[in-house]
Amino acid sequence: MNKLQYKVGEHPNLPAPKTQGGIFKAIRNNLFSTWYDSIVTIILIYLLLSYLPMALDWLFFSADFFVDKRSQCTSGGACWGVITARFPQYLYGFYPPELYWRPNLASLLLLVALAPILYSKILYRKYFLMFSITYPLIAFWLLWGGFGLVPVESEKMGGLLLTLTLGVMGIALSLPIGILLALGRRSKMPAIRLFSTMFIELIRGVPMITLLFMATVLLPLFLPSDVIIDQLIRVIFIIVIFASAYMAEVIRGGLQSIRKGQYEASDVMGLSYWQSMSLIILPQALKISIPGIVNSFISLFKDTTLVIIVGMFDLLGVGRAALSNREWIGLANEVYMFIAIVFFVFCYLMSRYSLHLERRLSRSYK
Amino acid sequence: MSVKKAKAKKSKEVVIDIKELHKWYDSFHALKNVNLQVTKGEKIVVCGPSGSGKSTLIRCVNALEQFQQGSISVGGVEIKDDIKSINAVRAQAGMCFQHFNLFPHLTVLENCTLAPIWVKKMPKKQAEEIAMKLLERVKIPNEANKFPGQLSGGQQQRVAIARSLCMNPDIMLFDEPTSALDPEMISEVLDVMVDLAEQGMTMICVTHEMGFARRVADRVIFMDHGEILEQNDPETFFKNPKNDRAKEFLSQILGH
Ligand SMILES: Nc1ncnc2c1ncn2[C@@H]1O[C@H](COP(=O)(O)OP(=O)(O)O)[C@@H](O)[C@H]1O
Ligand SMILES: [Mg+2]
Repeated sequence: MNKLQYKVGEHPNLPAPKTQGGIFKAIRNNLFSTWYDSIVTIILIYLLLSYLPMALDWLFFSADFFVDKRSQCTSGGACWGVITARFPQYLYGFYPPELYWRPNLASLLLLVALAPILYSKILYRKYFLMFSITYPLIAFWLLWGGFGLVPVESEKMGGLLLTLTLGVMGIALSLPIGILLALGRRSKMPAIRLFSTMFIELIRGVPMITLLFMATVLLPLFLPSDVIIDQLIRVIFIIVIFASAYMAEVIRGGLQSIRKGQYEASDVMGLSYWQSMSLIILPQALKISIPGIVNSFISLFKDTTLVIIVGMFDLLGVGRAALSNREWIGLANEVYMFIAIVFFVFCYLMSRYSLHLERRLSRSYK
Repeated sequence: MSVKKAKAKKSKEVVIDIKELHKWYDSFHALKNVNLQVTKGEKIVVCGPSGSGKSTLIRCVNALEQFQQGSISVGGVEIKDDIKSINAVRAQAGMCFQHFNLFPHLTVLENCTLAPIWVKKMPKKQAEEIAMKLLERVKIPNEANKFPGQLSGGQQQRVAIARSLCMNPDIMLFDEPTSALDPEMISEVLDVMVDLAEQGMTMICVTHEMGFARRVADRVIFMDHGEILEQNDPETFFKNPKNDRAKEFLSQILGH
């Protein structure tokens, strides 16, 4: 080895040595670095090789995709007819088929509304954001009708449409309400603090199923008989207050980790309470709370399946209805597999997005 | 001592008037009958052992702490319990903290323009121009678009000073601005403070930098156990302290 010698005090900055590698080295380091790693790897490869072909075969190769009843499923694999034959129901529930364009348009607009929230580098972001804020109203109008559109009763809504309506409304409303509750619980005003604390503790202390029953069965008893609140509105209301109580505690955790100096610096500069919260404290607290917030979003989204117990047909409800049909009886594997995959896709997207957001924010500051 | 000559010409208008101030933290008596008048352009250095109430005192001056007895007026506005008087006082007094308290999620420039834009409703462009001038004055215009976490401690404290100056305060309060800094960064911050003093800013500095006190202070105030035990011009105070606790304190910080 002919190492260059430098005089003491004159050592230049050298480039870091390159990590050698390539795929083989990576495999060796990750999968076969010790003898027990190797054993685990080999067992896993064996299991994969023996079961993956079976699974693929059942799922795809010997599956029947388009059939009208179970008796036509003859190839021995999955009988996807239970999904495909009534696919529109999984998507829209009993929404009138001639009006499918309305939920379709609403979903398209949802993407437009999400774009400026999810990505910060969009042109004219300010105007897009104004659209995002009004989106819930537009979606309500498109889905329920009225004001020039044919009204659709909320009992007609079901399937993925209902699941997404509950999920999106729940997420969009529980975050701001959760923020207000978290701030309220830390407020200097005793009345506000007491209200927020009691609200959070009461809602958290009761199972959501109980709240749903109360909203659908008990609430109408207390209201005057001429006041009828739509069942869907009541259910959304329950989902929102339930999720906000959890959200509030997640955000309060974030608020608590902001050092006192940040409050003092914004006080000293003369910022008002709301200015200092919205410009200084919340941006930092929410960033810290991202994993918890997304966690709450994901569990809210999955909790929407509880609405089947008050007689609504969300994605899971439609699936169970299909299963109880004589022509499709006994196809639970296919139905639950399909529903699980749909939920997984949405939840996984949320989780990936939160990672992306965390990376983006941590790049900008420590 | 150009600073002192300049000051001598100025009128003796009192801008901070603290009278018979008492402050308790629960049952702990943190400030005991503190009286202090600061005239326009005057530079006060406050020193004393840790826990003697120095921070508490200057935090009372811009209403970061509430007090129970006595009165404080700043620029003729008496601090009361209402938001209005508190805001009027804070508009006149900027403050720098030991731990800088910059906003980590905003760039240096945004840190500086935030309050002018939101509190003074200044147009963004004007706020940025002013901020850039002040960042030049504290000698870090090139870091304007970095985040505080990317700067050294000394640079962060200078940003904090610039941020306060952006609100165009009449008075600056400093609470141990150099005691969280690595030794080699202390002088860059002190230089900025000396420069500020020479421009005629009214200042109250809690600091143990005796070189700084000698150079700019008109008066040094020694506190212990919540009381002002001695106040004098720096020469006399350092050469010839009268109070025993002040002697002991000085021997401790100058001794090693
Ligand atoms: N928020 C507080 N609550 C209770 N005691 C406090 C609080 N802040 C300061 N103190 C007490 O008041 C005394 C003076 O504190 P401080 O003004 O910070 O001293 P210094 O800045 O001179 O070191 C100390 O004994 C400290 O323990
Ligand atoms: Mg202190």
